[in-house]
Amino acid sequence: MIKFIIKRLIALIPVLIGVSLLVFFILDLAPGDPAKTILGEQARPEDIEALREEMGLNDPFFVRYGRYMWDLCHGDLGTSYKTRAPVGEEVWARLPNTFKLAATSTVIAIVLALPLGVIAAIKQNTLFDGVSMFISLLGISIPIFWFGLLLILLFAVNLGWFPVSGADQGIRSLVLPSFALGFQHMAAIARTTRSSMLETIRQDYIRTVRAKGLPEREVIIDHALRNALIPTTTVIGLQMGGMLGGSVLTESVFAWPGIGRYMVQSIQGRDIPSVMGCIIIFAISFALINLLVDLIYGFIDPRIKAQYK
Amino acid sequence: MSNASATNGNAQASVKKKSQIADVWKRLCRNKTAMLGLVIMILLVLIAILSPIVFDYDNQVIKTDYSSTLQWPSAAHPFGTDELGRDILIRTMYATSISLSIGVVTVIVALSMGLILGASAGYFGGKVDMVIMRIMDIFLAIPGTLLAICIVASLGNSIPNLVIAQAIASTPTFARVVRGAVLTVRGAEYVEAARAIGAKDATIIFHDVLPNSLAPIIVQTTLQVASVILSIAGLSFLGLGIPAPTPEWGAMLSSARSYIRDYSYMCMFPGCAIMITILALNLLGDGLRDALDPRLR
Repeated sequence: MIKFIIKRLIALIPVLIGVSLLVFFILDLAPGDPAKTILGEQARPEDIEALREEMGLNDPFFVRYGRYMWDLCHGDLGTSYKTRAPVGEEVWARLPNTFKLAATSTVIAIVLALPLGVIAAIKQNTLFDGVSMFISLLGISIPIFWFGLLLILLFAVNLGWFPVSGADQGIRSLVLPSFALGFQHMAAIARTTRSSMLETIRQDYIRTVRAKGLPEREVIIDHALRNALIPTTTVIGLQMGGMLGGSVLTESVFAWPGIGRYMVQSIQGRDIPSVMGCIIIFAISFALINLLVDLIYGFIDPRIKAQYK
Repeated sequence: MSNASATNGNAQASVKKKSQIADVWKRLCRNKTAMLGLVIMILLVLIAILSPIVFDYDNQVIKTDYSSTLQWPSAAHPFGTDELGRDILIRTMYATSISLSIGVVTVIVALSMGLILGASAGYFGGKVDMVIMRIMDIFLAIPGTLLAICIVASLGNSIPNLVIAQAIASTPTFARVVRGAVLTVRGAEYVEAARAIGAKDATIIFHDVLPNSLAPIIVQTTLQVASVILSIAGLSFLGLGIPAPTPEWGAMLSSARSYIRDYSYMCMFPGCAIMITILALNLLGDGLRDALDPRLR
C-alpha cells in the first residue's frame, strides 16, 4: 500500500513539471511589462529597465522557468506584483477557506446523492425516480453562479436567514456557498449511483441473497450498495476537477475569501505570479485528490486493493 | 459483370447504412425526454438564426437609453430593461446566437484536434500513443475551467481568444474519447482486411475506424457543446469572457448581480436561458447515447 502511494507520488512529478511548464508558458504570453505594472505608467524608462534586470525578466524563457521551479521546490511561489508580498503566504492564508468550502460541499453532495440515487434505482420508473432524476438533471444544467444568485436572493435578501456574502459569520456564511457548489455535484453523483445500482441489483448474487431470505434493507445496503459504489467513487473523483473550477465561480458569487476568488482578483489586476501560484496549487490539490480517490477504491473493492502491491 | 456486382454491393451498403440511421432515429423518437430536448434545441437554433436578422444590433441590442433604465417587466419590455435601459428580452434572445455559435465553433475546433490526436494515439499505439496521451494528461491535470481562465487571462478577453481557450481546454476530453473508441475497433477483422488489401493508414482511420467509433464521439460532442456554453457564461460572469457591450448571458448576470436587491427580475431571464439550453443539450445527449448504443441502457 505504502509502496503504491510512493509510486503514485513519484509519477506525479513529471505531470506537475508538465503542468507548471504549460502554465508558465501560457502566462508568459501575457502582454504588458510587469515592471511597468509595478512602477506605474509614469515611471522613467531607466527605472523600468533596472527593475526588469533585478526581476530577471530579461533572461531567456527557460532560465526564468528554471528559476521559478527552483524556488517552487523550496516552497517559494514568487512575489505578487501587486502587494509585493510572497504569493505563498497569500495562498496559504486562503487555502483553509477553499478547503472548508470544498469539503462541506462534497459532504452535502454525497449525503444527498446516495439516498437519492439508491432509492431512485430501487423504485425505478416510479414518480420518485422521475422526480429525483429531474432534480439531478436540473443540478447538472443550472449554472452554478446563477444558482448561487438565486440562493442569495431567496435566503439572504428576502428571508434574511444567511449572510449575502463573506465568511465572517462562521457556519452561517458557509451554508449557501457550500449548498450551491454541492448541489451541482450531487446531481452527477446521484445519476451515476442510480445507474450502477440498477446494474448491480440485477446481478445473480443479489438474486441469491434475496432467495436466501435476507431482509431487503440488508440486500441493498450490505450487498448491492457496496459494489455499486465503485463507479460512484470514480465520479466523485472526476467531479473534484469541476469542483475546483466551480469553487472559483462560487467564491466569486459569495465573495468567499478563498483561492478561487483570489485568482480572479489577481487576473483582473494582471498579477501573473499570483495567478500562476493559484493554478499550481489547484493542480497539486487535484492530483492529490485523485490519488486519494484511488486509495478509497481499495477500501471499497478488495480486488482493487490486491493490485496495490 | 464485376461492375454490376459492385453496384449491387453499393446499393446494399447504402440500404444498410440508411436503415441504421433510421433505426437510431426511431429509437430517439421513442424517447420523449430526448425529443423534448431536440424540440427545444430546434427552437433555440431558430432564435439564434433569426435574432441577428430581426433585431438591429446598434439600435436595439447595445444602445443605451437613459430614459428607460431599470424598468420592471411590462408589455413594452416583457423581460424589463437593464441598468442602461436596454431591453432584456432582445438581449437574451440575441445572446442565444452568440452562445450557440461560439459553442458550436469551439466544439468543431476541439473535435477536429481531438479526432486527429485521439485517432493517431489509438490507431498507432506504442510510442505515438504514449507521447500524445501523456501530453493530454498534463492538460487534464488542470481542471478545464481553470485552464480556460489561464489562457484568457494571458491572451486577453475577446471572442477569438475565448474560442481558442475553450477549444484547447476541451481537446483532451475528445482525444480520450476518440482514442478509447478507436481502441475498441482497432483489432476488428474489417480493419485487418483493409490493411491486408494495402489501404493507407489515413484511409483506414478515416474510412474504416472512425465511422465505426462514431457513437461515443457524437454523444460527447453534444454534451461538450453544453459544457462549453456553460463555461463561457461562467468566464463572462467573472468578467473574463465576452467583452461588453456584446450581449452574453453570463455577462448579463454579472451586471444584474449589483441590482439583485431591488431589481431581481434582471437576473432571472439570462439564467433561465442558460439553464434551458444546457438542459436541452443534456436531454438530447442522453437520448442519443441510448439511441446509438441500445446495449448501454
